[in-house]
Amino acid sequence: MRNTAKRIYVALIILFLYAPIGTLMVLSFNASKTRAKWGGFTFKWYIELFQNEEILRALFNTMLIALLSALAATVIGTVACIAMTGMKRRTKSIMMGITNIPMLNAEIVTGISLMLLYISLGIKFGIGTILLSHITFNIPYVILSVMPRMKQLNPSTYEAALDLGASHLTAFFKVVLPDLLPGILSGFLMAFTMSLDDFIITHFTKGVGVDTLSTKIYTEVKKGIKPEMYALSTLIFVAVLTLLLLINLSPDKKTS
Amino acid sequence: MSKELIHLNNISKSFDGQMVLDELDLTIHENEFVTLLGPSGCGKTTTLRILGGFTQPDTGRVIFDGQDITKIPPNKRALNTVFQKYALFTHMTIAENIAFGLKIKKKSKSYIDDKIRYALKLVNLEGYENRSPDSLSGGQQQRIAIARAIVNEPRVLLLDEPLGALDLKLRQEMQYELIRMKNELGITFVYVTHDQEEALTMSDTIVVMNQGYIQQIGSPESIYNEPENAFVADFIGDSNIIPAVMIEDKLVSILGTRFACVDTGFGHNKPVDVVIRPEDVELTAPSDGILQGVVTHLIFKGVHYEMEVMAGGFEWLVHSTVMQPVGQEVGIKVDPFNIQIMNKPESEDEEAVAIEI
Amino acid sequence: MKSKNKWLSAPYMLWSVVFIIIPLGMILYYGLTDKTGAFTLNNIIAITTAGHAKALRLSILLSLISTLVCFLLGYPLAMILANMKAGRHNFIILIFILPMWMNFLLRTLAWQTLLEKNGVINNVLTFLNLPALKIINTPAAIVLGMVYNFLPFMILPLYNALSKIDRNVINAAHDLGADSVYTFIRIILPLSVPGIISGVTMVFVPALTTFVISALLGGSKLLLIGDVIEQEFTRTSNWHLGSGLSIVLMVFIIINMVLSAVFDKDGEGSML
Repeated sequence: MRNTAKRIYVALIILFLYAPIGTLMVLSFNASKTRAKWGGFTFKWYIELFQNEEILRALFNTMLIALLSALAATVIGTVACIAMTGMKRRTKSIMMGITNIPMLNAEIVTGISLMLLYISLGIKFGIGTILLSHITFNIPYVILSVMPRMKQLNPSTYEAALDLGASHLTAFFKVVLPDLLPGILSGFLMAFTMSLDDFIITHFTKGVGVDTLSTKIYTEVKKGIKPEMYALSTLIFVAVLTLLLLINLSPDKKTS
Repeated sequence: MSKELIHLNNISKSFDGQMVLDELDLTIHENEFVTLLGPSGCGKTTTLRILGGFTQPDTGRVIFDGQDITKIPPNKRALNTVFQKYALFTHMTIAENIAFGLKIKKKSKSYIDDKIRYALKLVNLEGYENRSPDSLSGGQQQRIAIARAIVNEPRVLLLDEPLGALDLKLRQEMQYELIRMKNELGITFVYVTHDQEEALTMSDTIVVMNQGYIQQIGSPESIYNEPENAFVADFIGDSNIIPAVMIEDKLVSILGTRFACVDTGFGHNKPVDVVIRPEDVELTAPSDGILQGVVTHLIFKGVHYEMEVMAGGFEWLVHSTVMQPVGQEVGIKVDPFNIQIMNKPESEDEEAVAIEI
Repeated sequence: MKSKNKWLSAPYMLWSVVFIIIPLGMILYYGLTDKTGAFTLNNIIAITTAGHAKALRLSILLSLISTLVCFLLGYPLAMILANMKAGRHNFIILIFILPMWMNFLLRTLAWQTLLEKNGVINNVLTFLNLPALKIINTPAAIVLGMVYNFLPFMILPLYNALSKIDRNVINAAHDLGADSVYTFIRIILPLSVPGIISGVTMVFVPALTTFVISALLGGSKLLLIGDVIEQEFTRTSNWHLGSGLSIVLMVFIIINMVLSAVFDKDGEGSML
C-alpha cells in the first residue's frame, strides 16, 4: 500500500518532468503550423528540417561549441584537480571557492560580466566568445565530478608504479588516469549537456548573425517557432535516449 | 542457570531466495554474556537484527520475558543496540547523543544530566559532554555508542561486532572493559563477532553458527575442548582434524595406528573424525612415540614454537615450548584425554545440521 | 609530484582570474560609475524606483514560492529514491538530467501548449468535468515554469545528501525509542541540511534572476528583475544601470553562497 503510493508519487513527478517533452514530440508530427491545433499526422517537418540551412547551421554551431568547450573544460578541469591535491588547505579552499562562483552565480550576471569583458578587451563577438564563455561555466562541472574521485585515489598506487620503475608520466597515464576516468567522463558529459542546454550566457556573448539552437529558438518565439525545430529536438532527444539505453543495457556494464 | 529471558523459536529468514537462517532455536538467560560466533554470512548479524527488531523473520517467534515481541517495532523494545561502526549522530554533541533516548522517554533534566555523567564515568570518558563525535577516536566513539545505549537501562544490550574497527591492542583493552561493564550493570549482553579469541575471552556462552545453523552451544571451555563437529573444531583455534576409525570404546585407529582415548558409545569399526589441539601433541624420542615422523617446518611464535611433523602420511600441527629442528626424527604421543572424537558427517549438508538444545 | 603541481595549476588559475574575477570586477566598475566614468551610487539606488522595486519584489516572491514548492515536492521524492536499492545511483541521476537534452526554451514553451485555454490539460480537465485552469500569463504560470525547470536541481543534492546517511544511524534512533516522525525531525532532516542548502541555492538563484521563463510563460506585462536587467543591456544599452542592478542581485547571491559555505563545508550537498 505504502509502496504503491510511493511509486505513484515518483511516476507523477517524472510525468511532470517529461510531459513537455512528449508534447514537443507530438507537435513534431503535427501537420498544422500552429501549436494550438492538431492538423493530422505528417513527416513533413522532418523532411523540411534537412532543407532548412539556418537551423542546420545553428545545430552545427551548438554541437561544435558543446564538443569543444566540454573538451577544453575537461582538460583544464582535470589538470586543475591534480594540481589542487598537492596544495595547502588554504590555497585549495580559495581555489574551490572561485570554482563555485560560476555555479552559484546567476547566469545572467555571468553572461553580462563576460560580455563586458569581451567589449573592453575588444574581442569580436562570435563563435569564439561563446566558446570561451562555455568553457568558463563548464570547468566547475568537470572539477566537481573529478574531485571526489581524486580524493578516493590511493596515493600509494602512484608511488607503487614509480617503485616498479615507471616514469612520472607513465605512472600518471597508466595508474592515476584510469582511476580518474569515470569522474572525467561524467564531467565531460555534464559539461557537454550544460553547454548544449545553455541559453542565457550564449544570449549575452554571441555576435550578430551567429546563432546556436537556443538563441535561434529565442528569436523565433515572437514570430512563432518553426515546427522543424520540434522535429530536430525530437531527433536529438531520441538519439540520446537510445544511446543511453544501449550503454545502460549493455551486458558488461560495470557498476561504479 | 538463571531465569530464561529470550527465546528465539523456530526462526527462518531468507533474502532474495537465499536462506540465511533455517529454523533457528536459541535460548538466552538473564545476566548472561552470549556470543554469536561464526564466519561472515553465517546468520549471526541477522539473528541480532531480528532480536533488535530491524529485520522481520519469515517464520518463527521472538519471545522476550514470556511475551511475543516478534511484531513489536525496535523503538518499543526493551533492548538497545551498539552498532557496527558506532552509528553516532554526528550533528549532535556527545551529551546530546547520550540523552537521545532519555529525552524521548521525557525524563527530567536533572535525571538526564545524572545519567550522562554516570554513563561517561562508566566508559571512562568523563568531561567529553560537549565534544563532537567526529573529534573522537574509534575507540572513544565506541565507548560513546555503548554509553548511549546503556543509559536507557535496557534488559539486554545487543552488540554487533563493536570492536571490529579497532586495532588489536585497543580491542584487547575494550574486551576487559566490556566484561567490567557487564558485571557492573548486571544485564544480558548478546555479542556478535567473527573473532574466536574475542568470543573465548568474554563469553559465558558461545553460540557457534555456520550457514544459518547453530553448530554448537556451550561454555568457552567446552567449545574449545570438546568441539562437536569438524566445523567448530576448525573454526575455534588451530587443530589437527584427522579421519580415523573407532575400533571399540576407548580405542581409536588414527592413520592406521591404535591410540587409547576416553570416548565411548561410537560403536565398532565406525569411521569418525578426531580433533587433537596442536598444544596437546607431545613430541618425544622416536622410540617413545606411538607414531614416528620427521619435522618439516619450524616457526618461532614467541610463547611457543610452531612445528609441522610428517607422520603416518599426515602433516601434524604441533605447538611446543621445546624446539625440534627441521629434519629431526621424532615420536608422537597424545594423552587419551586430549583426543576428541566426532561423528563423521554423512554428507556435505549434514555438516551443518541444526542442533537441538 | 608536488613540485610539478605549481605549474599544473597555472592554466586554471589564469583562466579563473581572466574569465571569473576580472569580469565580476567589470560589473562592479560599471555599476559604480556613470557614463562619464565618475563614481556614483545612482545605478544601485535605482532599484528603489517604483518599476524596479516592483520587479524585484515580484522576483523575490515568485522565487521564494518556487523554492518552497520545489523543496516540498523534492524532499519526499529524494527520500523515496534514497531508500531504493543501491546501484541505481547513476540511473536516478540520469532521469533528471536527461530532459536537458531537449532544449530548455522549447521545454518551457511546451507548457504554453499544455496550459492554454484549449490546451491539453484543460481538455483533460473538461473531460473529467473539472473546472478549466486559467493560469497562462499569470504569476502562477511563471512559478510553474520555475518549478519545472529547477526541480532537478533541488532533487539531486537532496538525494545525494539523503543517500549518504548511514542506515544504522536511523536504526540507532529507532533502537533508542524514537518513532518515525521523531527520527525524521531529529536525525534525517538535520543530517540532510547540506543537501537542503545546496538545493535551495540551486533553485533560488536561477529563479530569482531568470528573464526567460517570465518572457515565455508570463506574458509581456509581468516583469521580473532579470527582465529589467536584460533590457538594459540588449535594448536600452544602459550598461551602467544594468550593472548596478546586477550588483543588487549579487548581494542576494553572496548571502546564499556564504550560507552554503557555512553549512556545507565538505561539499556533501553537491549535485553529482
